[in-house]
Amino acid sequence: MTLDVSAIKKDFPLLERDFNGKPLVYLDSAATSQKPRAVIDAMSDYYENYNANTHRGVFGIAEQATNAMEGAREKVRSFINAPSINEIIFTRNATESINLVAHSWGRANLRAGDVVVLTELEHHSNIVPWQQIREERGIELRYIPVTDSGHLDLDDLAATVDGAKLVSISAMSNVLGTVTPVRHIADIAHAAGALVCVDACQFVPHLPCDVIALGADFVAFSAHKMCGPTGVGVLWGHEALLDAMPAFLGGGGMIRDVTLQGFKPAELPWKFEAGTPAIAEIIGLGAAVDYLSAIGMPAVRQHEVELAAYTLRTLKGRFGDGIKIYGPSEASERGAVFSFGFGDLHPHDISQVLDEHGVCVRAGHHCAKPLMRKLGIGATARASLYLYNDESDVDALADALAAAADFFGL
Amino acid sequence: MPGLEDLYREIVLDHYRSPRNRGELPVPPSHRAEGFNPLCGDEIVVYVQVDGDTITDVKIGGQGCSISQSSASMMSAAIKGKTIHEARALTRAFKSMMSIHETALEGDDPEMAAANLAVKLGDLEALRGVARVPVRIKCATLSWNTLAQGLDEAEAEA
Repeated sequence: MTLDVSAIKKDFPLLERDFNGKPLVYLDSAATSQKPRAVIDAMSDYYENYNANTHRGVFGIAEQATNAMEGAREKVRSFINAPSINEIIFTRNATESINLVAHSWGRANLRAGDVVVLTELEHHSNIVPWQQIREERGIELRYIPVTDSGHLDLDDLAATVDGAKLVSISAMSNVLGTVTPVRHIADIAHAAGALVCVDACQFVPHLPCDVIALGADFVAFSAHKMCGPTGVGVLWGHEALLDAMPAFLGGGGMIRDVTLQGFKPAELPWKFEAGTPAIAEIIGLGAAVDYLSAIGMPAVRQHEVELAAYTLRTLKGRFGDGIKIYGPSEASERGAVFSFGFGDLHPHDISQVLDEHGVCVRAGHHCAKPLMRKLGIGATARASLYLYNDESDVDALADALAAAADFFGL
Repeated sequence: MPGLEDLYREIVLDHYRSPRNRGELPVPPSHRAEGFNPLCGDEIVVYVQVDGDTITDVKIGGQGCSISQSSASMMSAAIKGKTIHEARALTRAFKSMMSIHETALEGDDPEMAAANLAVKLGDLEALRGVARVPVRIKCATLSWNTLAQGLDEAEAEA
């Protein structure tokens, strides 16, 4: 094992608790990750010792809060290798980040007949905002198809992106685990004159992310899937693009001047941060970035590739054709998120029995109904792993599945 | 937290493995209603054939988990040959069993409670364990809500 997972597990208070007298096996990190003590402590420290609004007061703790929040911005900038802190916009979550792009950049730049390209494996958060713009502006949406093996079908990519204004794609599927070839798609999109927006919600927590190397123009992700708290997300964009975009939400904090006749927006990044931000959560995100950086994202990725290979091997070895795992069969082409069907059991029934064994997996459509339709299924069970999972968790999953097979008489 | 055996009684699993009254009925003369649980993507289609005041035939289509499928199967067996009035009383009694915590909170209407008690749930009693697993209650009540739509339609037309 690349990582000392038994030491890492001890950093997460929740993973130490029992459930029905059994250790909790948490396999729903694609929905939200657990939080290390360092993140929880950083947020408590703010509330207990320097709780004050940012960019307002001149008193000591207000300055301390401002410095902590802006310090977190610099940590995030460095973590994704962004050129400037002006490019790090704090939002509520990746969903809001994509909505910001759709409603600010989209409304300013998209006219009837303009083309936006998505893929069939997108989360609803990278489909619905564009459908809203389509309703408003009459734009055309095109979709890069998904193959049976769970990869993007790029055979007709050049034709699909021809004439497009924007290509908005997931860097890693929350259902299939597929790590998509963002750089390749971005190069072809840029050659066609399109901008590239990347939903990196499942990518930034699990792989080293360099927004420049990725070839992206916008990148969206959420703190709560990367060991940080809920309620804060990030939008990164090239400074020149963000500068040219109109403000998104209006209110306090995002203005330079307001008269009864109108307003002048603030400089970046505050232009896009209306209202009091989630200060404690942003500080918590900074602590999460510190935590992941200390372990090292290349090591996290290597661990998850090894764990994905072990999971595929174990589940196939124990259940053979009794289990259908969606997405790429090569661990190196995917993240450690596994949507699966088990016999003819409904995902609800699978997750119910697994819960009895202290194994937390998700059942449902995972906010990707178009992909579910493409796969010809209503729902899947999904186990998603992170840096605090190891082979013992995979074994617990397999044991619980064996118990489910036994219980339902498969 | 109830044990699995409490949730998945043998009779529940039996109805799941061998669902009764699966299929379709011609529309018209039958009525077709669709129910949907957006949370898990479960779908139920209920066909009811009503002659006068009597439900002469029922068929169930769609797909879903063991709880939603067995509840639909048991429902179809329980209401076939019953009057619309009896089917509605059974629906009330079943939903009251499912929402036992809520009715206790709201303060049960004694008259209604007595009426519900008088209705014999029979095999449907086996689904009582579901009431203690709040996220699954919608699975159990899906077919009943769908039936109610079908009966409303049948009565509106009569």
